[in-house]
Amino acid sequence: MNNVFALAGVVIKELYRRKDFYVLFVLTALLTLILGSANIFNDEQIVRYLKEICLLLIWVCSLVIAITTAARQIPAERESRTIFPLLAKPVTRAQLIGGKFVGCWLACGISLLLFYFFYGVIIGSREHALAFTPYFQAVWLHWICLGIVTAMVLLGSVVFTAPSSNATICFIVIIGLLFAGQYLNRIAAGIGGVEGAITYALYYFIPHLEFFDIRKIIVHNHAPVTALAVEGATLYGALYSVFLLALAWGIFRRKALTV
Amino acid sequence: MNAVLEIADLRVEFPSRDLRGKSKLAVDGLNLRIQQGEVFGFLGPNGAGKTTTMNVLLGFVNPTSGSASIFGVDVRKPIARQRIGYLPELTYYYKFLNTEELLRFYAKIFKIPRAEREQRIADVLKLVELEGARKRLIKTYSKGMQQRVGLAQALINNPDLLILDEPTSGLDPLGRMKVREIIQRLKDQGKTVFFSSHELGEVETVCDRVAILHEGRLRVEGRVEALLQQYQCNLEQIFLKIIGYSAQPSS
Repeated sequence: MNNVFALAGVVIKELYRRKDFYVLFVLTALLTLILGSANIFNDEQIVRYLKEICLLLIWVCSLVIAITTAARQIPAERESRTIFPLLAKPVTRAQLIGGKFVGCWLACGISLLLFYFFYGVIIGSREHALAFTPYFQAVWLHWICLGIVTAMVLLGSVVFTAPSSNATICFIVIIGLLFAGQYLNRIAAGIGGVEGAITYALYYFIPHLEFFDIRKIIVHNHAPVTALAVEGATLYGALYSVFLLALAWGIFRRKALTV
Repeated sequence: MNAVLEIADLRVEFPSRDLRGKSKLAVDGLNLRIQQGEVFGFLGPNGAGKTTTMNVLLGFVNPTSGSASIFGVDVRKPIARQRIGYLPELTYYYKFLNTEELLRFYAKIFKIPRAEREQRIADVLKLVELEGARKRLIKTYSKGMQQRVGLAQALINNPDLLILDEPTSGLDPLGRMKVREIIQRLKDQGKTVFFSSHELGEVETVCDRVAILHEGRLRVEGRVEALLQQYQCNLEQIFLKIIGYSAQPSS
């Protein structure tokens, strides 16, 4: 694990020394503050819309951070040729994949904490109360979801050479999974036949990222999710991430690295 | 005497990218044995198979057949790389780190204890003359300084074997001289150095033995003095003869 954490440390340093993260945070903060200061239609329930917008911005920004950070890791190592002195040391390719994953995932976690802290301060000041249990559940499940996203993008980065094409493809796939993944079974039921069976298989095969999205619960102040459901989602997320990372390693270990 | 580096019947073939194309034979039946304390020059024109051989030694490419070992350990095992230092040709190190952070990162990989790590970083920075720039981001370095960062990272674990791929490539005469001095110093410390270079004058100065590779095959191997005596000319002329180059008469 020593090598994995050493590699992860470099990824985290990269995140806080680049400007993209700060730009996204400032953008989210500005948009939320501007919307929060507006008094639209004298609606006292405006804070609900504010919550929705702020959470949507947090989700979009976190996905952008996770995808762009993970997509460039291995291609950038190859392009700048730092992969050669690195793998010329006692580092295995599995450790390289693992280190990049842990680094990206921790970096996403740090960003999430900052975003949600900001959200907590804004909503707490407007609503004069904050339901802590669903709030922490939302942060945790969001982070687990970003684990799957990071693993998926790392898998893409060993398949596609260009980080930009990988990031674009992954962004489309992830948005598709978030918005359409949950309806695939209904579509399958409507189609029937072989196509329906394929769509059903796809429904069970794809990672269901919507399991991790509990924005509605915190927006509408519903009761928190049961601990069992959170544990189940965590296990589901962990298994999916491990599966995707194993797939990435399986492809990467066979690749000849030529200078 | 045990060989530090041993290559036996090494053959590396790269499959063609298109289905009907012929595969490319990069290294064909290479045999080499390098003893401890030797400075070994690995020569050949571009495309001769030098870098491919180095890639096999470092585990980047698997051989098609044959074997290679470092300190008796198969090169495919990561532990074989515990006692080696590698300097690739023209690498652009993490530009968001400074040299000290970069070396600390590599030292952690070798599990060098914290106290020893800081001392080791100070020692290699002194050796490559980058002490004054240790806190500066690598992206602000000149090409020569970047190459010295490369040398520093290759030496961070105090390796017993150094593999250097064209260490003086792109350096000015002063930079080349400094790298040569470092190699000489390492030799004096009893380290084994295996390096490829196109600077044949430099090879003649620092190497004990050389091997010349051409079209994937080993053409000549021997002690530098013995070769100079045998061919009665300098290393550059020997090299040109071996690869079959004949100078055109000037009109």
